[in-house]
Amino acid sequence: MSVLQRVVKPTTHKGKKVLLRKEPQIIEGTKRAIFFKGRKSSEKVRRVLRDIFDLKKPDAQMLSRNNDVTIFENATPVEAFCRKHDCGLFMMGSHSKKRPDNIVVGRMFNHSLLDMVELNIDNYEGLREFAVSKITIGIKPCLLFNGPHWEQSDEYRQLKSILIDFFHREQVDAVRLQGIEHTISFNALPDGKICLRSYKVLLKKSGVREPRVELEEIGPRINFTLRRTKLPSPDLMKEACKKPGELKVHKKKNISTDSLGTTHGRIHMGKQDIQKIQTRKMKGLKKTSEERIALKRKVLRESGDVSVKRRRSVSRGSSSSN
Amino acid sequence: MDVVNEILGNSSKESNKYKPVTVKKHLELEYDLGTLLAVDPNDFNIDLYSKNPNEYFLNLARDNTQLLLNKLWELPTERVEEAVMVKLPPPKTALPRMKPVPKPRPLTKWQKFAKEKGIQKKKKPKLSWDDQLKKWVPLYGFKKAKAEKEKNWVLEVPQNADPNEDQFNKKLVAKTENVSKNDLQRLRNIAKNKNIKVPRFGTSNPEVSSAKDLKAAITIAKASTASLGKFQDKLHKEVEAKGVSAITPGASRKRKMTPLEPENKLNMNIVESILNKKPRLDVDKAVAKQLQTNTFVENSQQKQGTSKGSQKIKNKTNKKPKGSKGHRAGKKGGGRKRR
Repeated sequence: MSVLQRVVKPTTHKGKKVLLRKEPQIIEGTKRAIFFKGRKSSEKVRRVLRDIFDLKKPDAQMLSRNNDVTIFENATPVEAFCRKHDCGLFMMGSHSKKRPDNIVVGRMFNHSLLDMVELNIDNYEGLREFAVSKITIGIKPCLLFNGPHWEQSDEYRQLKSILIDFFHREQVDAVRLQGIEHTISFNALPDGKICLRSYKVLLKKSGVREPRVELEEIGPRINFTLRRTKLPSPDLMKEACKKPGELKVHKKKNISTDSLGTTHGRIHMGKQDIQKIQTRKMKGLKKTSEERIALKRKVLRESGDVSVKRRRSVSRGSSSSN
Repeated sequence: MDVVNEILGNSSKESNKYKPVTVKKHLELEYDLGTLLAVDPNDFNIDLYSKNPNEYFLNLARDNTQLLLNKLWELPTERVEEAVMVKLPPPKTALPRMKPVPKPRPLTKWQKFAKEKGIQKKKKPKLSWDDQLKKWVPLYGFKKAKAEKEKNWVLEVPQNADPNEDQFNKKLVAKTENVSKNDLQRLRNIAKNKNIKVPRFGTSNPEVSSAKDLKAAITIAKASTASLGKFQDKLHKEVEAKGVSAITPGASRKRKMTPLEPENKLNMNIVESILNKKPRLDVDKAVAKQLQTNTFVENSQQKQGTSKGSQKIKNKTNKKPKGSKGHRAGKKGGGRKRR
């Protein structure tokens, strides 16, 4: 609901600004993510949440309590969390007998669930177990998706989309070349394993313009397998991927720039009626009053509007009688 | 020749010193440089993977990052404060938005009217010079209120006005009325934009109501007589207000045409509703009746207690007495025949 379309107006200017910030924007910033635990969680799940939270910082929020949420049965509480914290992404960790070491990653559109994927943590080594210097916080990473499986099924395609959305951070116009520090690679193996690896990028001298890339693993090192998924309906996905009309580039017609940098414009003129052009006025070319009346009659006859003529003559007659 | 060989040798040494930046791939990678993304559709080398998976992943990631960065280094660069920036193309992967695309704000009734008529908003200065107070007074805000107070310490009583009327209070009332009218209009705009039907109410204060409102008030007031305004004279140049039939007495009684059902069916419905009349249970009436019987029984019991056996109640059911069932009491004594 738009701020100005509210029945109850915001009382303070500050409150109004808060509401305005939460309204849909034409250009959206980074999607924030919330991390929370389900009914129960294991140590492994908690550490995975913490590590991915660290990777996602500063666009992330960790909720500390356990939540009685069964997200595939009822997603309303999660929608409420995301609405409250104004987040578009969430990651939930839970642990049960049926689904041990469980992670659910998903995203929201218009404060309701768009899609989500449930992952099982098979193997985990944390950020802290790699005793190397880490990367700068909030940096845009390079994302790698290895393996032919990413394009072969709907679930994997959706998971890929979710992972890109989760880690790509912000859409930027330009990057500093020396500032590329981080690479996250996702490997989809034929046996159904999905391996997340995170590396620090070291740019070495190569003797040519491009640098030689060396990588150093900084963790976390997680192996997932896919469990349940909830894919969005194509209509909803299409609606969500809609680009605002304001951002579309409109082509300027009939304007060109030549090699010297001069702008040329082409203007379309209507067809000119040469008969009606006013040329130089001369007394000798002036029409007599008879000629003028004849011309008028001719014009009227051509237009076929006889009624006008008749009406005019009648009115003239009546006025003369008066 | 020695010199040439030396130089060639040096350059080859130089090149051997560094590891290569080129990577061979069976299938070309898919790049999305706008999101710094590369998708490698090549199959995994299972032998190398099974030997040492982590090292295999590291090498694979290194190769792919190298390829991605090579692509990035090809892009046009520019120097911004000693840093080499590379301009990224727009991203290819379509990611969903978090919230829907914002819709343009709907126009208010006034804005729509102003647009049609080409009325443009004039910008008013924030401060204006007040000749009476000899200072700059803001357009609105607390200093404006203070200045108003200073300026209007005395108010003229207009001619033909009641001398005992409080002009200050009148002004205050007019102000509050205006504020609430504005708020009402705001709510009306919201309701209109959301397609909510708002019931029409009568008229607001005559001090602030528009000509249209007053016209409606006249129409309603004229119809508000016992004979629904049938014998009211027409005023000079009076025009009846439109769209007030819902709140005008008698006006909504007009029979509405119902083209959905044919006339004979409608008439049959009426006849049937009369012929097949069923007794309706009026709860209020029933309760009242019950209460009455209770009090009657109590009273009669009391009477019985006080005057023993003086009178017997024949009719215990307390039904409405019907003719030709009981015994006529007959006339008690004579008297004038009443007609």
